[in-house]
Amino acid sequence: MLKSTALAVVLGLGVAWSSGAVAQETLKIGVILPYSGPFADAANQLQAGIDLYIAEHGDEVAGRKIELIKRDTGGPAPDVARRLAQELVVRDNVDILAGFALTPEALGAAEIATEAQKLMVVMNAATSVVTEQSPYIVRTSVTIPQLNYAFGTWAYEQGIREAYTLVADYGPGIDAETSFAKGFTEAGGTIVGADRTPVANPDFSAYVQRVADADPEAVYIFVPGGAQPAAIGKALVDRGLAPPDIKVLGQGELTHPEALESMGETARGIITTFHYTLERDDPLNKAYVDGYTAANNGREPDLFSIGGYDGMHLIYEAVKATNGDTSGDALVEAAKGMAWDSPRGPMSIDPETRDVIQTVYIREIQEVDGELQNVIVHEIPNVKDPLHGAAQ
Amino acid sequence: MISQIVIVLFDGFAFGMLLFLLSVGLSVTLGMMNFINLAHGAFGMFGGYVAVTVMRQLGLPFLAALPLAFIAMALLSILIERTLFRRLYKAGELNQVLFTIGVVFVAAAAATFTFGTVQQVIILPDWLRGSAEIGGVRFGIYRAFIILVALIITALLVFGLERTRLGAQIRAAVDNQRMAQGLGLDVERVFAITFALGCGLAGLGGALAVEIVGLSPSFGFQMLVYVLIVVSVGGLGSISGSFAGAALLGIGDVAGKYFWPEIGSFLIYLLLVAILLVRPLGLFGKR
Repeated sequence: MLKSTALAVVLGLGVAWSSGAVAQETLKIGVILPYSGPFADAANQLQAGIDLYIAEHGDEVAGRKIELIKRDTGGPAPDVARRLAQELVVRDNVDILAGFALTPEALGAAEIATEAQKLMVVMNAATSVVTEQSPYIVRTSVTIPQLNYAFGTWAYEQGIREAYTLVADYGPGIDAETSFAKGFTEAGGTIVGADRTPVANPDFSAYVQRVADADPEAVYIFVPGGAQPAAIGKALVDRGLAPPDIKVLGQGELTHPEALESMGETARGIITTFHYTLERDDPLNKAYVDGYTAANNGREPDLFSIGGYDGMHLIYEAVKATNGDTSGDALVEAAKGMAWDSPRGPMSIDPETRDVIQTVYIREIQEVDGELQNVIVHEIPNVKDPLHGAAQ
Repeated sequence: MISQIVIVLFDGFAFGMLLFLLSVGLSVTLGMMNFINLAHGAFGMFGGYVAVTVMRQLGLPFLAALPLAFIAMALLSILIERTLFRRLYKAGELNQVLFTIGVVFVAAAAATFTFGTVQQVIILPDWLRGSAEIGGVRFGIYRAFIILVALIITALLVFGLERTRLGAQIRAAVDNQRMAQGLGLDVERVFAITFALGCGLAGLGGALAVEIVGLSPSFGFQMLVYVLIVVSVGGLGSISGSFAGAALLGIGDVAGKYFWPEIGSFLIYLLLVAILLVRPLGLFGKR
């Protein structure tokens, strides 16, 4: 007994000493994502974006070796995210917190970032309020109002006067509904009806029938990714609610690759607003898509992937700028105003809000070489989130 | 207005029939064998994966993939029943619940490992896509197909359990196991066949559901609630009960969402509570 205890102590000391010695050089990044549960796919795509960036740019920056420590929240659980962030900071001594696919995860961890004064890179969570929760948060993904406010304005400019909104009944969906409606009505349009569907809704026939009864010029849709986009797309077409008779508008998840495949011909003419377009003809994007599909068995990158990829870019560039100083204040200062060309297009970090400024693309599903694709029909450069600093 | 009511009834009935196909197998296993198999949805999930895989990898048509999903799940369930579930028949409800919910977690992890986390897509043949217009009302063709399959399965099950020798053996083995054994029935074999039938039906339901509700490793959890609602409303071990319960819930769900979208998603639970208050054993429950 005594012997084994002594051995354990010696071993423990050895481990502690060796990890202490390494900590001089390694740069530890704690990645908090919902690796299991209903959002596992989002987490995997985001992680693949992180991994691709490291594979392309080497795992060393400013003389420090990158070490990722992954933690699984299992879903939108703020308390779990908070506990994991605390453990990462206190026990694992991470220099940077990153990941955060879902808003509740980011909200849970924000306070820890403030207390521990660590840079926190939000790589997806897309509600406006996220960056306001801590002065150490920087976002490299997108905000829902950023995409949809401009989209509402654009819809009116296209001659649409009446729209019906149908959104999933949770934070992001309500954000999308209000920001689209705001952009649309401020320009002069009218919202003729607004319905909200349960977040895990298996069947859209009833809601789609309500839209059909109202017979609007356009319908705006926001549903979580996964299976719902294809389900709602098909339900619309079954009711005869399809372009050109009615304009179908939505956020980019509606026409993600699997949804497109599932909808087939029914997707033709759907118009979406998004910050990342897989099919965008651009050398940087092409290299990124090729590298990503090669590393992921042919799976194509999506919005989560690009958030992770650009999040790593921000970390690398910030650590280079500070020469390896990883204090939260130094890294946030380095991140403010940073601008670069991403596969998504030009983007920068707003020095005021630490949020992302980027081009918003309006895309329409058209046939290209016999395949249905998201074709960019309009670009709105340098869009900021419209809600920051606005009196709410 | 009349055409709207017709379409809401049709869509609701179709959604109900999808729930019926997903849950009728559980009604069989739970009602006949008193075994609480919460892993039922996991068999549905793997049935979906079987259908998607044979269509994508082997290029088989959709109509061939459906029976394959049934057969694959029936065979898998025989293996699982022999190795795992058989020990639990006399273990008490709590142990059954804990064990089978554990199986769902294992199944989700296995699906993630094998197929990845991506949403699976099923490409229907052209003749099942789109809608047909009858009297100014547009009916989804795939929904009509689901109704047809559900009616065929119901007829087969009712006939099989009530009019065939095997059906009589199953009923005898369930009602009085010792007596049935005394009469020379191989009760273990009968139970294995019953279980395979229930899980095969789950596989078939899963394969049919992919087009409407999608398919990812969390399918087993997503569908569990609906499946349990249908079984409890219908009553255990009653095929016609499951049918009536599923139809009622499907129509109630769609009609509720159509007429009162604000509370629509909650209506299915209100119905459940109301029915169970009036009939604690379900619509047609005997035990």
